[in-house]
Amino acid sequence: MSKIRLLAGTKKGAFILTSDGTRKKWDVSGPLFGGWEMYHLKGSPADPNRLYASQTSSWFGQIIQRSDDGGKTWHQPGTLPGEPTTMPDGTPKGESNKFVYDTSAASGQPLTTHQWYDGTQRPWEFKRVWHLEPSLSDPDTVYAGVEDAALFRSTDGGQTWQELAGLRSAKGHLWQPGAGGMCLHTIMLDNNNPQRLFIAISAAGVFRSDDAGKTWRPVNRGLKSQYELPDPDAEVGHCVHRIAMHPTRPNLLFMQKHWDVMRSDDAGESWHEVSGNLPTDFGFPIHVHAHEPETVYVVPIKSDSEHYVPEGKLRVYRSRTGGNEWEALTNGLPQRDCYVNILRDAMAVDSLDPCGIYFGTTGGQVYGSADAGDHWVPIVRDLPAVLSVEVQVLP
Amino acid sequence: MIWVVLPAHLRTLARVTGEVILEVEGPVTQNSILDALETRYPMLRGTVRDHVTLKRRAFVRFFACEQDLSHESPDALVPDPVASGAEPFLIVGAMAGG
Repeated sequence: MSKIRLLAGTKKGAFILTSDGTRKKWDVSGPLFGGWEMYHLKGSPADPNRLYASQTSSWFGQIIQRSDDGGKTWHQPGTLPGEPTTMPDGTPKGESNKFVYDTSAASGQPLTTHQWYDGTQRPWEFKRVWHLEPSLSDPDTVYAGVEDAALFRSTDGGQTWQELAGLRSAKGHLWQPGAGGMCLHTIMLDNNNPQRLFIAISAAGVFRSDDAGKTWRPVNRGLKSQYELPDPDAEVGHCVHRIAMHPTRPNLLFMQKHWDVMRSDDAGESWHEVSGNLPTDFGFPIHVHAHEPETVYVVPIKSDSEHYVPEGKLRVYRSRTGGNEWEALTNGLPQRDCYVNILRDAMAVDSLDPCGIYFGTTGGQVYGSADAGDHWVPIVRDLPAVLSVEVQVLP
Repeated sequence: MIWVVLPAHLRTLARVTGEVILEVEGPVTQNSILDALETRYPMLRGTVRDHVTLKRRAFVRFFACEQDLSHESPDALVPDPVASGAEPFLIVGAMAGG
């Protein structure tokens, strides 16, 4: 029987939750990296025992951690436990937390500036890694989405990182931070076309590359941000919170924007709203069912100034029609006095049948459903605030 | 020999349990101490000072001999008791938060 492994990043450490394929009984291990903000952990699709983790702190900055044994042991790539920490010539190893914007002559990309909250221009400054996206085929290749927004790639298992600097030339001077910073938080790889990547930035929008990350263009036509952007046809500057894709329909995309749930049927060339009967169309995560490309999940949040679920009720909303018609999924979720948020990377779906779906809350609960959202159970209730949830199905 | 005390999180990263003893060549300054620290424990690069600018991270402080040296020039000589190994060079996470 298959096994399930959940990787939960929290404000104060990481936790690994495991179960068999019934997804009824769970073991909880952790905290790993106690006291650190664990923005994201994710396993390689090509080698499920290869895990990457973003460990960060306002005090001590960014650390990248890697496990080669499914989370039993971890190390900073380039400094394996027990090995010399310097090269034979005395050069220090370990550059795994060195994220330097590429301003080399080879890239031809100056650092330039981006828009700050007060409308002035400000140079890019690395702060942290929000999201790690391992390659679909190579365990040693992994992408990192960082704040201030940029995309980095490592091809040596996270030991060294190189910026894909062409992204910042896609009107980067008009990008601006959202309330949580100017972060590149979503990276999507196309299983059918290794040349194609999507990324999303708050607050800049969605960008697509069709040449493996060398050049990029904004794909935001149809987004409306009338309260944030006076230009109704603004090409960049939109506060996209998350995008999602089904691997068998890579041109069909869904988006949870700051406000509005959106859909694209042409790989981002155009978007239209599918918020329909949602109680509010503000929210953070959005995900697609593992086997049904038109089945979508969101968790509506009251508003941009009140980041908690409306009416004290924790409700996941599911559309089986690709949007517009939504049903509340409440069985097993608190329906009174609940005021948590679900952050953008804190939802995941597994590939079993029936599809499992999981999410973590800012109140420290991780909920799971083994039947595509019809029934929910709390897997664990009292973790620190959950920043991210990823799931792996293991043989 | 220079005696360096790391905060708990950095001891964990460096896989050390107590204080750190370093050999520092030449004049003993904040920068020469940190150079020696990062050479011996490369996993600490970027955690105390920026990778590129080598500036102290905003929430890191350097204390020694009951003084806050954080705002001293990183190339200034540290107090003699630190240079002689009699007193530790303390790397401290700043008080931050409410």
